[in-house]
Order: sequence, then C-alpha cells, then structure tokens
Amino acid sequence: MSENGTVLNGLDRIAAAFAQTGKQAALMPYLMGGYPTLADSIEIGEACVQAGADIIELGMPYSDPLADGPVIHAAGTQALQAGANVAGVLEVARALAQSVPVVLMCYANMVFAPGAEAFVERLAKTGASGLIVPDLPLGEGPEVGEACRMHGLALVPLVAPTTTPERLAEIGKSAQGFMYTVSVVGTTGERSELGERFAQVLERAKASTRAPIALGFGISTPEQALQAAQAGADGVIVGTRLVRAAGESADPAGAVGAVVGELAAGLAQAR
Amino acid sequence: MSAVEHRFGQYGGQFVPETLMGALAELEQAWERAHEDPTYRAELDSLLRDFGGRPTPLYKAKRLSEKAGRPIYLKREDLNHTGSHKLNNALGQALLARRMGKQRIIAETGAGQHGVATATVSALLGMECVVYMGTEDTRRQKPNVQRMELLGATVKPVDAGAKTLKEATSAAIRDWVTNVESTHYVIGSVVGPAPYPAIVRDLQRVIGDEARMQILEREGRLPGRVIACVGGGSNAIGTFAAFLDDDEVELIGVEAGGEGIDTPMHGAPLTVGGRAGILHGSRSAVMQDEEGQIVQAHSISAGLDYPGAGPQHAYLRDSGRARYEAVTDREALAAFRETARLEGIIPALETAHALAWTLAQSDGELDLVCLSGRGDKDLAEVLGG
Repeated sequence: MSENGTVLNGLDRIAAAFAQTGKQAALMPYLMGGYPTLADSIEIGEACVQAGADIIELGMPYSDPLADGPVIHAAGTQALQAGANVAGVLEVARALAQSVPVVLMCYANMVFAPGAEAFVERLAKTGASGLIVPDLPLGEGPEVGEACRMHGLALVPLVAPTTTPERLAEIGKSAQGFMYTVSVVGTTGERSELGERFAQVLERAKASTRAPIALGFGISTPEQALQAAQAGADGVIVGTRLVRAAGESADPAGAVGAVVGELAAGLAQAR
Repeated sequence: MSAVEHRFGQYGGQFVPETLMGALAELEQAWERAHEDPTYRAELDSLLRDFGGRPTPLYKAKRLSEKAGRPIYLKREDLNHTGSHKLNNALGQALLARRMGKQRIIAETGAGQHGVATATVSALLGMECVVYMGTEDTRRQKPNVQRMELLGATVKPVDAGAKTLKEATSAAIRDWVTNVESTHYVIGSVVGPAPYPAIVRDLQRVIGDEARMQILEREGRLPGRVIACVGGGSNAIGTFAAFLDDDEVELIGVEAGGEGIDTPMHGAPLTVGGRAGILHGSRSAVMQDEEGQIVQAHSISAGLDYPGAGPQHAYLRDSGRARYEAVTDREALAAFRETARLEGIIPALETAHALAWTLAQSDGELDLVCLSGRGDKDLAEVLGG
C-alpha cells in the first residue's frame, strides 16, 4: 500500500493521527454503523471530524454484542431493524475514511462468516485503517491477525483491568495501531466517574507496549476525557454518550457534533 | 497442555471479551485442583446422594415397551431433587464457586430448571443468586419463576430479542463481565467458552455412568441406542459420555424441530447443519444468516429454544459418533401426553422430544432414553394452549 510514500497503510495512518492531534490526546468517537440510518451515520461521522475527531471507531451492528451495555446494544438492534448490513456499514467506512482513519469494531462471528481473509480484504478495500474484534482475545483466531497484516490493517487488541500481567505482556508485544484499554471491569456505557483503577490500568498498559494507549468504556464528559489524557492516555474513546446523543435528537449529526466539539475543547485545554 | 479440553476438533474455544479471560483461567485451575481433591469429590457425592437423591433409577417403561415392541428404559433424572438433571451441574459448580471464594452466583435459564437448580444450591450453601430469564420464558414457565423466588433468588427478566434463552445467556454473560471478580457464572449447559463445556459434561456424566452400570445389571448387555434431547445438550452429553467408547451403542441427540426444519421456526442447528458459527463464547453449530447474525430459534419447549448447541455435540456429529434428529412441537406434545397416559410419568416438554423420536422408531432392540426432567412446569403451557 505505501509504495510511493503518499498512500499510507492503516498502521501508518493511525500513527500519524496520534502524532498530530494538536490536543492533549487523540479524540476517538465511536458511532454505531447504520444508527439511526446509514445516511445519518455518514453525516454523524462527518460532524465528528468537523468537531475535532482524530480517529473514528465505527461499530458493526450485531445480534449478540456481549461486550456492549444496553445503549449500544439497543442502537445495534435498531440499526439492524432499519436494514443495516455489512455492505451498508462498509460504505459508511469508505465515506469517512476519506478524511479520517476509521477502525471498525465488529464481533467475531461476522468476521468469520465469509472467512477472516475475505472479510478483512473487503474492509481494507474501503480504505479503513483497522479492526477491533471485542470477542477475539489473544490466542483465538490467529487467521484474523494474519489477514490484517497482509492487508495493512491494524488489528487493535483490548486489555482490561482483569488482564493478567502475563497476557498483558504478550498483548503489548503484538499490539498494532493502538492498545484499546478498557477502563473498567464491565461492558460499554456511561459512568459518572472513571473506574477507580483507571490510572493504574493506564500505567500498566503503557509499560507493556510501544503502541499508543487509548482509554475507553465509561468516558462521557470533557472532564473525564481530560482526566484520562492527563493520566497518560494517548487517546480517549467516547461511545455510549454519542450513541445516546444520536438517538435523542431529531438532528443526530448536529447533536453528536456538539458533544464531540465539547470533548475536543476539553482536550485542548492547557495542562 | 491443559487436561481440560478447550477444543473439540474445530469447535469450542474462548471467544469472549478480554475482561473474562482471567476468570476463565482461574476457573480452569480451580476445576483441575477440585477434580484431584478427594474432599471435593466426597462432598459432591454425598450431596448428590443425600440432598439430590442419587442414584436415580433406571426404569423399564412397561407399556411404552409393549407399544414399541422392544424394551425401553428410562433414566429417571426427573426424580432428581428439583425435578431434572440440572442439579448435578449446579451442585458441582456451586461447590467450585465456594472453593474460589465467590459469594455471588449468576445463571441463565430457559425452561427454568437450571435456574431452580441453581437457586436451590445457592440456598443450600448460603450464596447470593441472580437468575436471568427471558420474559417469554417467565411467562410460559411461571411456576419455576415462583420456585426460584421462594428459594431466595432474584429473577431478572430479559426483554431483548426473542426474550428467550439466547438473550438470557447474553445478559448473564454481561453481568459476569461486570462483576467477574465477585461472581461465578453457573452456566447451565455444555455451551459457552472453555472450560465450561468440559466442566458441565464431567459434572453431568454421572447420568451415563449410572445408567451404563444399571443396564448391564438389568439386561446383561448394553443398549442398542441411547437417546436424549439436545438444547445446549447437557443431559445428552452427560449420558453419551459413558458410552462413547462402546462402538456398538448408537447415540442419538434429539433437537427441537419446532414447526419443521424446512421452516425457519426450529431449534435444530446440529440436524440442519451448515456453516459453524460463534455463539456465547464458543464455535459450534449455530443458526445464523449469511452475514453472521445469529437468528432466533423456535420451540414449544423453552429449554430447547436455543440457536446453538454444545461444541462437543458438533464434533460428535462430524465424526459420526453421534447422530442428531429433530422432532416437531406437535410430535413432542403427542409424546408428552402419551407418556403421561401410558406410564404415569409427566415428562418435561424437552424430554418429550427424545421420547417422541424413540416411539416413532419401528426398529431397534433395546433403547435407553434419558428422562431429563419432569413436566409439571409445562402444564399451563400445554393445557392452556
């Protein structure tokens, strides 16, 4: 992919985004593909970019999302009912990848349905930069990692507060793009405060890898985002708060853009 | 190399959020140690005997045998305390949870039998118990909801999707992801991420071990066929396990045919076949669409109303060691009534599937059917509808 130096592969593109945020940390909004509709998704993503998003995490709606809390689960269910499918969500990825690195979050059964190689090839063709599979822990499905390497995509691993030191070391060694660090023991969802162990989790993660550390699960306010950045996170992922904003407003893109703007302003503050 | 199987051929594995990986490793270690610890085994055996009522009888069903023209033996798991085989697993796992220092127990339930068994052992051991159950199932298995509450458990209704066992299992896994450090998830069938399918099989194999000994005593021979119903497949694998090396014994798993396996309204992923998929942490036979979305199962029997099946069943099917067949709602209902009239035994609707398949066969010499549970819980659903 990077034969002439101008076309970056997914890993390079993600690395560049982390290097040039102009903020205290990269701002990484999550949006559910096809929620409320596919057209809305594209507009929401574009509004996020306008408002200061550095990397977009795009969710593939799934029937049985075990790592997600009720808000994202319900949004996925509604997206599926509205007709979202793989082709449609990949079109969202293609549209957004023109202006920002896109990382797809997709559950394992959908990756394996056409075969990992076929799925990853199709994803790479949209211009997306990476893939997160929340139910594919290190050790399972090595063919997904193989396919990502072949197609220049980052297979982004997750680590949790409960990850053992041995596993953390192994995950850290192989992490690509960034390390998705789960701030709490739990599923996705807004929380009034960052998990009590988040600083310790960040520190542990940072010590394990050379990849940037993105903190996610439970971050919803500019204060929490800043707190994460000041504790050393290279990126902050905000999901449920934005999915809720998209669902509550008659103007989903405007509503999500406004929240992302506040988060970006929060991260722009001087230390 | 672990002694606990993580895979059965291409099936099984641990497709779960990273948050759970530590707990799965801890569970596996605890299980390996418990397995080797005579005090664990002794406590479990004495509770199975004195609290549970084991061994359960192997009963020669006289009138069913006459009707079929060959001996039909029933392994009476319905006589186990709480009315089904589910207690065998719940007791073993709750004792394991106590060894791990976990004071909170969660479970999923479809028909409510596993929920009742888990609520029962939680009461016995003084542990907090939360049971997830789809709202369609809280409706059709109301007596079991009342039993669980009486036993001190909290029943959490799950309103997502088809509001049945699949969603209840997903909700239980999400609870476990959130409370993994204080909580043990007592999974009720041979499904889920490793090491669960192996643990639940080993705890249920008491059914097959007893039945094999009992039939040899009674008939001086092994059965020609061993038949059991399969939702997730725990009573089936528990029965089959003791006969796996007896090549002359045919193993038949009977799935929910619902309105027919030529319609989408069934719960028979092993019978129907197709591409393997991942559901609730393991790769196995799964009902799914082209893109990998899990589709809804259908069965009149809440315990078989599940779009997946245990990974070892998928392996036994592929290897040819076991065979899987489907029985429709209508056929199961007929066998439910027939068994009640002919034998004075009201079987669970789940079990009625295994009985229906058996009674429909004209060949065979000696059948052994796992009568996995009693049907009192189903009366309102059958008689009301």
